[in-house]
Amino acid sequence: MQRSTLKAWFLVHKWTSLVCTLFLLLLCLTGLPLVFWEEISHLTGADPEVAPAAAGARPANIDALVAKALAQYPGDVPLFFGWDDHSPSVYVNTGARPDTPPPEMHTAVLHQYSGELLPAAQFNEGVMYFVYRLHTDLFLGLPGMLFLGAMALLFATAIVSGLVLYGPFMRKLPFGTLRTGRSRRLAWLDLHNVLGVVTLGWALVVGITGAINTLAGPLESAWQSEQLGEFAARYQDRPRPQRLASLDAAVATARAAEPGMTPAFVSFPGTGYSGDHHYGVFMHGNTPLTERLYRPVLIDAQTGELTAQPQLPGYMSLLLLSQPLHFGDYGSMPLKILWALLDLLTIAVLVSGLTLWFKRGSTEARLREIERAGVDENGRAEGRA
Amino acid sequence: MSRPRAPRSPFVAPAWIALASLVGLVSALVGDGVFDVLSWLVFAALIGLTAWAWLRRDRGR
Repeated sequence: MQRSTLKAWFLVHKWTSLVCTLFLLLLCLTGLPLVFWEEISHLTGADPEVAPAAAGARPANIDALVAKALAQYPGDVPLFFGWDDHSPSVYVNTGARPDTPPPEMHTAVLHQYSGELLPAAQFNEGVMYFVYRLHTDLFLGLPGMLFLGAMALLFATAIVSGLVLYGPFMRKLPFGTLRTGRSRRLAWLDLHNVLGVVTLGWALVVGITGAINTLAGPLESAWQSEQLGEFAARYQDRPRPQRLASLDAAVATARAAEPGMTPAFVSFPGTGYSGDHHYGVFMHGNTPLTERLYRPVLIDAQTGELTAQPQLPGYMSLLLLSQPLHFGDYGSMPLKILWALLDLLTIAVLVSGLTLWFKRGSTEARLREIERAGVDENGRAEGRA
Repeated sequence: MSRPRAPRSPFVAPAWIALASLVGLVSALVGDGVFDVLSWLVFAALIGLTAWAWLRRDRGR
């Protein structure tokens, strides 16, 4: 590699890393508890254990469950109804108006069979929600999300440029070289290289899927205006229905329309997920892959009739598949633990990178270090401490 | 007379590691059971690789 090319890559790596490192440290630190959000919620009682359904019991009527939830929050309108795939519980989100944003929503959790209200905490309160907001948008909404998305892209660039520099540095050294007994700088550099390469593929995927996730809002808006707009146009001059058809019947219609799938959640008219005139019953499969790929079934909220079963566009499928790849919540507890360990290794990569920057010399000296692969003619480390 | 070996590219190990990571990431996503186990093994191996490098570190002065 020519010296000018090497210098360009070195500067790319240096500046992309420097700009994103502090934010990446924040994301890694806040991401650690988020991997175990479900378990922490169970342990702290925020997400109570739900008694199994009695033998032969039938699920309660969904309209009755929604009415019970609304009775908890007088004046609210229903926004979303959802099923928990891992326990016989359901949730109902309500709010002051149909377009209530998530931070202002109320949530009622009920037993799907007995209809009993369960003592669950609000999803948008507490320490874990604080950590979640810090991780996703820095409490700044869409601008915060897009900013963190940009940091994730810088991180991906730093990984790629770091790999380019790894080549000339390691050309005379065997893989996994860790020289801790020579200069401190060399020890940190070797550690940075080893950990960087071990976490390479994982960190790249988690970084890129994180950046994709920050586009969730704009992608959902695009989907709504592009695809749902087509169906909504048929209802253009009609006011939003005041009296809604039975949701229980609407879900039964959606089940019949997609027999191989189960309902994941329902959006009420006006929430932005299904236009102003439809229940959007979002069906999903039961494998780790298909449970992420929703199939919306639009039911006319006034008549209860099936309107359409639109296919999710490719960019929405990409968004939905990037979520588990970012959160690591799809391979049971062992994968979550390994995810957390890789997160810790990434923190070590960031800390070692920062340490190297603090112990920096001139760009020329660093380029010589890479060109000489960190060893002198006798195989000894350059720059003894 | 043995033929001199061509120097191995320093990118060989990172390429294998990245490929294995991709297999681990996708494996648990496409199925449960054996697919989950494959994913756990891949990522446990990555952690093990770090431990291996640390254990054989050169402390010589």
